[in-house]
Amino acid sequence: MTLAQTPANPLAAGLERLPVAPTNLVIFGATGDLARRKLLPAIYNLAHEGALPGQFNLIGVARGELSDEAYRELAAESIRAFSRTPPDENVLTGLLAELRYVKGAFDAQPTYEALAAALAALDEAAGEPMSRAFYLSTAPEFFGVIVGALGAAGLATDKRADVRVIIEKPFGTSLQEARELNAEVLSVFDESQIFRIDHYLGKETVQNMLAFRFANGMFEPLWNRNYIAHVQITAAEDIGIGGRAGYYDHAGALRDLVENHMMQLLTLLCMEPPVTFAANDVRDEKVKVLHAIRTPRADELAQISVRAQYGPGVSGGEEVVGYRQEPGVPADSHTETYAALRLNVDNWRWAGVPFYLRTGKRLARKVTEIAVTLRPVPHLAFEQDGSLGVRPNQLVMTIQPNEGVSLSLGAKIPGARMRIRPVNMEFLYGTAFLSQSPEAYERLILDAMRGEATLFTRNDEVEAQWRICDPIVSAWSAAAGRLPQYAAGTQGPVEADALLLDGHQWRAV
Amino acid sequence: MPTVNDTVWAAQNTTPAAVEAAIRGLLIERHNENDGYVPARVLNLICVVERQWRGEVANRLRRVGRYHPSRTIVCAVSDGRRTIDAVVSIAADATPTDGQHVLTHETVILDVGPGHLEHLDTIVDPLVIADLTTLVWAPHGHWRAVEALEGLSQCVLLDSVEDPDVAGALRRAQGLLARRYVVDLAWLRSTPWRERVAALFDQPARRVELGEITSLRIRNVAESGAAALLLCGWLVSRLGWPHGALSRDGHGRAKGTMGEVAVTLESVPQDVPGLAGITIGFRDGGALSLDRGAGGLTATRRDRAGAEQHWRLLGASRGEGGILGEGIRQSLLRDPTYREALDAAAEMLT
Repeated sequence: MTLAQTPANPLAAGLERLPVAPTNLVIFGATGDLARRKLLPAIYNLAHEGALPGQFNLIGVARGELSDEAYRELAAESIRAFSRTPPDENVLTGLLAELRYVKGAFDAQPTYEALAAALAALDEAAGEPMSRAFYLSTAPEFFGVIVGALGAAGLATDKRADVRVIIEKPFGTSLQEARELNAEVLSVFDESQIFRIDHYLGKETVQNMLAFRFANGMFEPLWNRNYIAHVQITAAEDIGIGGRAGYYDHAGALRDLVENHMMQLLTLLCMEPPVTFAANDVRDEKVKVLHAIRTPRADELAQISVRAQYGPGVSGGEEVVGYRQEPGVPADSHTETYAALRLNVDNWRWAGVPFYLRTGKRLARKVTEIAVTLRPVPHLAFEQDGSLGVRPNQLVMTIQPNEGVSLSLGAKIPGARMRIRPVNMEFLYGTAFLSQSPEAYERLILDAMRGEATLFTRNDEVEAQWRICDPIVSAWSAAAGRLPQYAAGTQGPVEADALLLDGHQWRAV
Repeated sequence: MPTVNDTVWAAQNTTPAAVEAAIRGLLIERHNENDGYVPARVLNLICVVERQWRGEVANRLRRVGRYHPSRTIVCAVSDGRRTIDAVVSIAADATPTDGQHVLTHETVILDVGPGHLEHLDTIVDPLVIADLTTLVWAPHGHWRAVEALEGLSQCVLLDSVEDPDVAGALRRAQGLLARRYVVDLAWLRSTPWRERVAALFDQPARRVELGEITSLRIRNVAESGAAALLLCGWLVSRLGWPHGALSRDGHGRAKGTMGEVAVTLESVPQDVPGLAGITIGFRDGGALSLDRGAGGLTATRRDRAGAEQHWRLLGASRGEGGILGEGIRQSLLRDPTYREALDAAAEMLT
């Protein structure tokens, strides 16, 4: 019997936490904001819960001049500041005891020689080759550089252990860049080794969309053009850009949220039931949805897309500055802080159903939700006077902050007359489950170490997302003139109303 | 005469119907006060306790943190009582602000007498939230009440290590498991150990070593014999080893893939209750050990030449509050391996 034919581990049956192979996790950009705020706390929480592999080592790689000890201190401070669980000092000390730091430029060969030496030493100490996961938490321009250098250093493959690379977003800033980056990464790693992060997919409420759709018989018969009038996907934030002007002014709302997170929500909402929940079965179905969305033509962009910038206004009772007055933002910036699109998914299930996507900074409220509005009933026998009347049913899946699902129904107002008004039937995550949702990064890091790719974006998925957004990004970049403005703390630009068809209305943010 | 304010209602010599009406009234009152208050709807917990120890049980439940039942019904039993007194309270951790929701939990404390226990279901039935899982916990051994609540509950929480008669505790768990799901805290104490042992053999190269095992030694504090037996029962049942009974001093035999496996359960001193360690020996003289330590478990691999390699398996201690909370959470899940482990453990004591 070969190792590959070894029967499944009988001891793993029934366990909530499946075993993870011994792993050396390498974080590139180990001193950056993402590493300090998200990755290190997520890794600590996995350690706290006992979910890390039995043998686990962490190596930080960055350009800063730090000793192992200094990096341990930085990591400990980050974990104490940002961990969702108050750290247990014994666990924290244990996690950081073997933490290594490799200093060096991402494009310099000695960096990878030092990294290879550190990995070899850890393998030797473990007595066997350990799996490797390289987490690229750097500025995007280094993704290709690092991947190439890992390949050149012979670190991208190992016959004795699994090697994986986890790549943060953004995966390119245009279709061309995404294609080039895919080509670069795929010239070194096999697709099965590549884990492109979209942290939205790590959120429990996003994953619940699949459970909601495919574990409940009552919704699927309605889930098509015959019963659904339109869909609105909203990702609204009440805050401005904070200290992210450098990144945001180059990205804008469309690249920041629509091209990745919102497209992913759209695919999960529209996909056909997969044969299994294996990674490629799910991703195959998601890609089919993206393929069913036509590439926008230049002459229709004005009808299907709107962008805008927030101006000064009042948010949370306080006066706030407009985008162009934010520190670090050029006074003549053309970067959109609001983007709205109307898309069609041209397939048998969804033909003719408009999908409205919108995202914005400094809107009235923070909310991420998907609102599915059903078609109205064909005939009403009720009086409409003296009440709000019968409205089409609406199913709202809230991703954040009040995670849950709400279904609006028409109900009789108590009294002698037959008057109707909408009421809500609500499922709130917090009321129905005891467990606290893990941070998205905890789930995703663990999945990547286990080689489970369902919640990661495949190469063709990324390119299909860019194919849809690229013409809009390009047109917006090329267009001169002042962008439509909306006052901070409001519902967004009035121009967005022009996207709506057939008397549809935006839900209030 | 019942007194009603925004969170608490109390009555003497009352009825289940009056208590149920009071809960409904308090919920409406809370909602009218602020519609950001949202009642949790996950789980009913019926807790049957000796009245004099109800404070201690309340303290244990307070430490379960986020794993708090949605509605807790405490039946506090005192000798000589023939009537029912009740206190209902609705608690929230915070006041809702800015459109946020704040969960509320209801607690009903019923003072009852021993005579009420035989038909406790008729008292409690109107008070549980319909369609939620109902968990019964009788930490002071009111098994008659647990029986009476059979038709009302889907799950029983118990802790086999609290019964000095280990064989009796395991038999009771088997009996309960025949009719309802059982969450045994003794079993949950072994979870990190089971996860870690499973992980040690997960790599294909290591998995083949499962067939090479020749000895199994589990160490525990004397009072935690049930947890050690369940861990042992899990391993022999998962590996399909036929096994005999253990001797009084904790020695026994099982038949492994390649031959006989010596099984030993050993009491050792330790500052905290529970399991202390496990050592799995192999045919070539090598061994794998896990031992409890600060911040997790310490793993030791000894090869056939005697060379040792150590590493730490990180994980924070859950504490007794954490174990109870985990028990409440597990009542909503189903572990398909528990029954086989329990049967194997019970057989080792026959």
